[in-house]
Amino acid sequence: MRFETVIGLEVHVQLNTKSKIFCSCPTSFAEHQNTNTCPVCLALPGALPVLNLEAVKKAMLFGNAVNATVNQKSIFNRKSYFYPDSPMAYQISQFDIPIVEHGELFVDLEDGSSKRIGITRAHLEADAGKNIHDGSISKVDLNRAGTPLLEIVSEPEMRSSEEAVAYLRKLHSIVRYLDISDANMQEGSFRCDVNVSIRPEGQEEFGTRVEIKNINSFRFVAAAIAYEVARQTEAYEDGIYESEVYQETRLWDVAKNATKSMRGKEDSADYRYFPDPDLRPVLVSEEMMEEAKHIPELPDAKVARYIQELGIKKDDALVITALKEMAYYFEEMLKSNINPKSAVTWLTSELLGRLNKAGLDITASPVDAATIATLISKIESDAVSGKGAKDVLDYMMENDERNIDTIIDKLGLAQVSDDGAILAIIEAVLNDNQDKVNEYKSGKDKLFGFFVGETMKRSKGSANPAKVNALLKEKLS
Amino acid sequence: MITLKVALTKTKEELAEIKSELENLAKASDLNAYIGFENSGEGVPILIKDNIQVNGWSVTSGSKILQGYIAPYDATVITKLKSSGMMAFGRSNMDEFAMGSTTESSFYGITKNPYDISRVPGGSSGGAAAAVGGGIAIAALGSDTGGSIRQPAAYCGCVGMKPTYGRVSRYGLAAYASSLDQIGPITQNVEDAAILYDIIKGHDPRDSTSADIEDSKTVINENRKLTIAVIDNYISEASSDIQKAYSDTIKALQDAGHTIVHKNMQNTKYDIATYYILATAEAATNLARFDGVRYGRRAEASNVSDLYYNTRSEGFGDEVKRRILLGNFVLSSGYYDAYYLKAQRVRHLIRDEFNTIFNEADLILSPVAPSVAPKIGAVHDPLEMYKSDMYTIAINLAGLPALSLPVAKDSDGMPIGLQLIAKAFDEQTLFDGAASMEKAVKYTK
Ligand SMILES: [Zn+2]
Repeated sequence: MRFETVIGLEVHVQLNTKSKIFCSCPTSFAEHQNTNTCPVCLALPGALPVLNLEAVKKAMLFGNAVNATVNQKSIFNRKSYFYPDSPMAYQISQFDIPIVEHGELFVDLEDGSSKRIGITRAHLEADAGKNIHDGSISKVDLNRAGTPLLEIVSEPEMRSSEEAVAYLRKLHSIVRYLDISDANMQEGSFRCDVNVSIRPEGQEEFGTRVEIKNINSFRFVAAAIAYEVARQTEAYEDGIYESEVYQETRLWDVAKNATKSMRGKEDSADYRYFPDPDLRPVLVSEEMMEEAKHIPELPDAKVARYIQELGIKKDDALVITALKEMAYYFEEMLKSNINPKSAVTWLTSELLGRLNKAGLDITASPVDAATIATLISKIESDAVSGKGAKDVLDYMMENDERNIDTIIDKLGLAQVSDDGAILAIIEAVLNDNQDKVNEYKSGKDKLFGFFVGETMKRSKGSANPAKVNALLKEKLS
Repeated sequence: MITLKVALTKTKEELAEIKSELENLAKASDLNAYIGFENSGEGVPILIKDNIQVNGWSVTSGSKILQGYIAPYDATVITKLKSSGMMAFGRSNMDEFAMGSTTESSFYGITKNPYDISRVPGGSSGGAAAAVGGGIAIAALGSDTGGSIRQPAAYCGCVGMKPTYGRVSRYGLAAYASSLDQIGPITQNVEDAAILYDIIKGHDPRDSTSADIEDSKTVINENRKLTIAVIDNYISEASSDIQKAYSDTIKALQDAGHTIVHKNMQNTKYDIATYYILATAEAATNLARFDGVRYGRRAEASNVSDLYYNTRSEGFGDEVKRRILLGNFVLSSGYYDAYYLKAQRVRHLIRDEFNTIFNEADLILSPVAPSVAPKIGAVHDPLEMYKSDMYTIAINLAGLPALSLPVAKDSDGMPIGLQLIAKAFDEQTLFDGAASMEKAVKYTK
């Protein structure tokens, strides 16, 4: 029997507001535990939440970026559960009426096709603190408590781990382009929970959904899905699907490369949601609704524009736009009016190759976009050869000098394109090798390479090879 | 005791003397109205209910579970007092977490009625009302969720005022039921209530439910002739003494030139159920933070679920536990629609009914409680206690301002209070009518 995999994703994105969602504590890193706290986020008696509109704006930007409905009126609820890192013992979250509903995004698959994935909703909520277990002692750090989260829930429309990872990559890239989150998976500012089920091919009805939490890299998402699909399929084939696969939360165990059950089956939580009486319904002004429509150009639009207006290949466009910083770097290069295709090559192979070797990413590049663009323009004006330019780039990876002309001089890479100067060298070469000139003229064509090589050598590589070729041809004809 | 108005004219030295006199009187009295004599700020001493946060004070909502907790910040009302020639002086006793009508459920023991120490002072702001009524406080701040200012004021022969929901910041008031709670003054007369109200009111950006509307200083005009509604089908539940005081007061108001209109209310039988569903739902979540993890009294435990279980079992009293259970029940899946949602709809009906009456009247006159202060220990059945809130809770559900003032005494010499209720945000008319009524009823202490 063949099975179909059904995947839905819930992603918690920490919004990069300056202060927390319901108090004015900073969201920045604090050196000591429980220092970025106040009566509100410590849940002291009498303290009251006040909504940070920055968080609402960022959520609205996201809504517009994924073609969603942005609700002008939304409601915050209390979601009750006891846990030491949840100081109020309820989380302020959105339930019936979230700020964002009915969105979509398009994922790019390896075969070059693209697929639409629905976004059910995105709602605002407060993050919890952290429990720290230290031997027999448990500690609670509430620095993170109250950090704004946007929980983005997809439709169960992904059918493979490839699609799931593609969705996550696209989502990650969108929130980074919008600058609403640092979206760092390792640091927990982009956390995803995966819902996985299987069903026999052709069956309408969904199978039993299992939730996997605590996955902190795209690679682990793929691995966890693969593991879970195998586990569920095996249970089905062994006739123990009903008893083995039930609605539960599992954790991805990195060490064991497996998912493991987190709590028992009986333990289905009743969160007792109801509207938080401390907060009035969120009513967004017309002005704010309008403002949230101003979103930067997103990766899909960039890819289309690069292909259409710049004549760049789709694969290259996808590579460049995958990271916001890369796309911005690329666009910065183009401001120097260099050929877009040269810019692609120099960015994606020359610069990235060197950065990879140095273990750096584009944001830490020692050479900025304007400088590398200047270097490319020197090739285009024949001031340096392509090979010479690579030497210049190598030099800049190691040194601070950024004046391209100075470096070309320093490395003796100035390309001689002046006919007179090249002709003088060529004449000297031909004079010194009269015998070979005769051989060439009597039909030994291969010797042409020798003359080119000799000329380049005498020019210490500085002669423009195209010119050398042309002038030699003329002289020897 | 001198009035707040007079106290505000005293020098620093005179006030220091008054304060030490108050402390001596309170310590000598057997009312158990004060549970602490802390000081914060300078000026006229105002007694503070034990659920209003004062920086550096042990503020415990009358509960064992908050023993050891020191508040690290001032409630907005305290900040306002301090910048208006007043100070916070002393904590007043209360029913645990403001859940009660008798001040018998406090961790600090029972407070007694100054008119008869075998009787309760009412609740939950019983300590504040007993102190003001008993002459051992100039004025006090209480909180009113379902009558917790007005009812003890009525039992103790003083004035208690609940502002419109949203008028006074709740920032720093330990929450019982967030959509119903309001801080308000308990004073010796109507004028003092207006003075204290004017100081504590106003928009507060720290409280999202605080009303951001224009507001002017209260200038009492006791000569205004008003239309006052009386609810005829409302009064039969009250004792005969209360009924007599009610009709005498109506007569006195007519004699003072006011117009009386007679009205009926249809939904009063739902008031108590609606209130106890909504208030307990909110309370169950508001009190969830008392878990022994961060502050307050932590019970012995070897794991986290025992920590919660033991801390909350040992820390909360019976009435608080009862309301937490009830609140969690009405919010639980399968019951939410039948209880919580339905109660929210009834709440709208109740508000609409008041608004209809206010189309034709400036104020409503109503009893505060069906009887005078009962004997200590007389109310055993929680449902009976809930029923005694029948005249006060609808006003909280509708968010209206109301003021209770003493109008007469019964044959045992126990004070009887009646309340005036006004339109939302029309405290001006409330004080005008109350000042006139205070003069008309000629109540003597
Ligand atoms: Zn905070």
